[in-house]
Amino acid sequence: MTYDVLILRFGEFTLKGKNRSRFEKRMMEHVSQAIKAFPELEARCVFGRIYVALNGQAHGEVVDRLRDVFGIFSISPALSTQPELEAIREAGAAVIAAQRTKEQTFKTSVRRVWKAFPHTSQEMNHLVGGYVLRLNPQLKVDVHSPDLELRVEIQQDAALVYCETIRTAGGFPYGTNGKAMLLLSGGIDSPVAGWHAMRRGLELEAVHFYSYPYTSEQARDKVIALASRLSGFAGGRLRLHLVPFTELQTSFAQMKQDPLIITMMRRAMLRIADQLARQHGALAIVTGDSLGQVASQTLGSMHVIGQVTSLPLLRPLVMMDKQEIIDRAQAIGTYDVSILPYEDCCTLFVPRSPSTKPNLRVVEKVESFVDGYERMVEEAVAATETMELTPDHAVRLASASEEAWF
Amino acid sequence: MLYFDHCASTPPHEDVVRTLSEIMTRHYANPSSLHRAGIEAERLIARAREVLAGVFGVSPAEWVFTSSGTESNNLAIFGAARAMQHRGRHLITSPTEHASVYETFRQLEREGYEVSWLPVDRQGRIDPQALAQSIREDTTLVSLMHVNNETGAVQPISELAAVLAEHPRVLFHVDAVQSVGKLPVMLRPWRIDLLTLSPHKLRGPKGTGILYVREGVRLQPLLFGGSHEAGRRAGTANTAGIVTSVKAVRLAVESQAERAQRMGRLGERLRRRLADAQGIVLTKVDAAPHIVHLCCPSLKSEVIVHLLEQEGFLVSTQSACSSKSGQPSRVLQAMRLERPLAESGIRISFGDEHTESDIDRLADALERAVARLQQLEEGRGE
Repeated sequence: MTYDVLILRFGEFTLKGKNRSRFEKRMMEHVSQAIKAFPELEARCVFGRIYVALNGQAHGEVVDRLRDVFGIFSISPALSTQPELEAIREAGAAVIAAQRTKEQTFKTSVRRVWKAFPHTSQEMNHLVGGYVLRLNPQLKVDVHSPDLELRVEIQQDAALVYCETIRTAGGFPYGTNGKAMLLLSGGIDSPVAGWHAMRRGLELEAVHFYSYPYTSEQARDKVIALASRLSGFAGGRLRLHLVPFTELQTSFAQMKQDPLIITMMRRAMLRIADQLARQHGALAIVTGDSLGQVASQTLGSMHVIGQVTSLPLLRPLVMMDKQEIIDRAQAIGTYDVSILPYEDCCTLFVPRSPSTKPNLRVVEKVESFVDGYERMVEEAVAATETMELTPDHAVRLASASEEAWF
Repeated sequence: MLYFDHCASTPPHEDVVRTLSEIMTRHYANPSSLHRAGIEAERLIARAREVLAGVFGVSPAEWVFTSSGTESNNLAIFGAARAMQHRGRHLITSPTEHASVYETFRQLEREGYEVSWLPVDRQGRIDPQALAQSIREDTTLVSLMHVNNETGAVQPISELAAVLAEHPRVLFHVDAVQSVGKLPVMLRPWRIDLLTLSPHKLRGPKGTGILYVREGVRLQPLLFGGSHEAGRRAGTANTAGIVTSVKAVRLAVESQAERAQRMGRLGERLRRRLADAQGIVLTKVDAAPHIVHLCCPSLKSEVIVHLLEQEGFLVSTQSACSSKSGQPSRVLQAMRLERPLAESGIRISFGDEHTESDIDRLADALERAVARLQQLEEGRGE
């Protein structure tokens, strides 16, 4: 069956009185961006919903594009028909016929937005439901927990008839809740943390630390590929800051304080991220920490590491199980990149027994003996390279002119 | 000389020829090497996957580069049949497939697999109902071509795909060597699991084949060695061949609609010209736009090829891969064409360079060749 229109419902932000129009405007921008590959579609925002007229385009692919747009809570493909009893009955029968499932029970819910419609909602439930039942003797009515719910919305210019409601990403429209820096490693967790942060309406800029020649060019490419995938959730553009970390990391390695090296590295990364955040107007740092997962993610480590910044440290995964994180990574398409074998700087110089309960005073003491600590942080910030990524362009060639070969 | 054998191979695009030499000169390092030169070569291949994924609306990880269309077909069929044999050993294909599919299934039969050969009608088409009826509990793979390489017959892939949608555990392999760039080919909407492409049929280089492998489909490799192509095909990757192949495929797909229209008109013109020609029987199939197939009953098609060649026109008998066997065409026999027809097939296939006047000249030459041969045959008969 060919549906005529998609009904896009917004998530919780519809409650926010004053900001509502700003949210809706953002929402329209993101929806238009997501469906721009289908020129025949028309979207309009009416009373806290977006209606996308399909104009002949099959709905499946369009729904797939919109599934990932943050701020949309659910989508219903619907038939649009004249607001008249007979037309509504026909549409109801067609929608039920298209549900080729074996559901046994159903109910009809009619809502009249246009109060001048000649029948009440109650009457309409019987008039439409009865008609569908006569055509489908296998169905039984169950008003409490039906397998199928046929919904009808009667507006003045059209009635919308549908049955299916697809749950989608939810959250807030991207970029409506401020900006943060995301610490992006090559692993499984940090891209998922980024996704959660973006779903909550945070605009992100990603920060990655690399230690060439200890880490390879491929490890950098891997992070670029991850950032490119994430950019698909960020309205198609995501900035990535690549920070050279070799000098700091090798200095720490020379301190002969192996159990503390990870703690010191994480603290240095946060210091740098803090400075980058201030440069780029971000008010928080997002990390992929998950409580207890590795030594640097125990409560004791988090406490000592977090001391170096006054910005809020947001840890979307902190209470999640590894398997939940992996499932999400697969769903957002970052997992297969994350598991590529190239090592990032976090797995270098890893001591045999990293401290799970670092002592803040000891750590600060050791850091005070690192020669030129402040200078190295300043230099790393200064030498940071920034690139802007899009979803369709992950691989960088040796020279831009080589693009012509493709 | 006018070349009308684009189903066999095509003149490479000038960008392809130039780029091959540039990449071979600049990026000769092994794409699997760890050093910068290796990484640069590897990035070219990674970029090629991205471009291909963009062209077909799928993911970059879903492509395997091989040495030829034949290898792609072999890898798809042997690879899937063997990887799935714990689930069943029943396979489905048709008797009109290209030799690289047909002979692969014959080999699997010798190895103890059971193969159902779906019959085709006189237009070379498979009935989707027949496919539906042949699927069993232990069926693991269906392999069917999109466009027949000999007659141009187009299989109703979307209808066949609809049948297979009811059987999500059965893998669907499509040999699209003759259709990509000429007809729309849709991977996701048709739920295709494996798809074979041959770039040299699309003005790309020889020596590179492409296989689409949907995410989650497991294949047992044919070649063992390094972990190239995500462990699915060992062997040093051919950087220049892969990049230029992908460019050729992209150009062909992007201009598909326009090409189909243009070639459709040329084909129509040739068919109209030959409709009433003495001694020529047009093969009635619902053909892809770039192929016209005809028979010259009781004449030897090989002789006609040579007579046309003398006049400067290159056409072909059956598929180039089977043309030296001297047997009546297996494909035409499967379509139940009578023996005098099945022995005398001529395949004419166009390219982007052909014009209406080329078509007219070919038609004239073909009529002359047939008349001349008929005279000779009559003379011999007396």
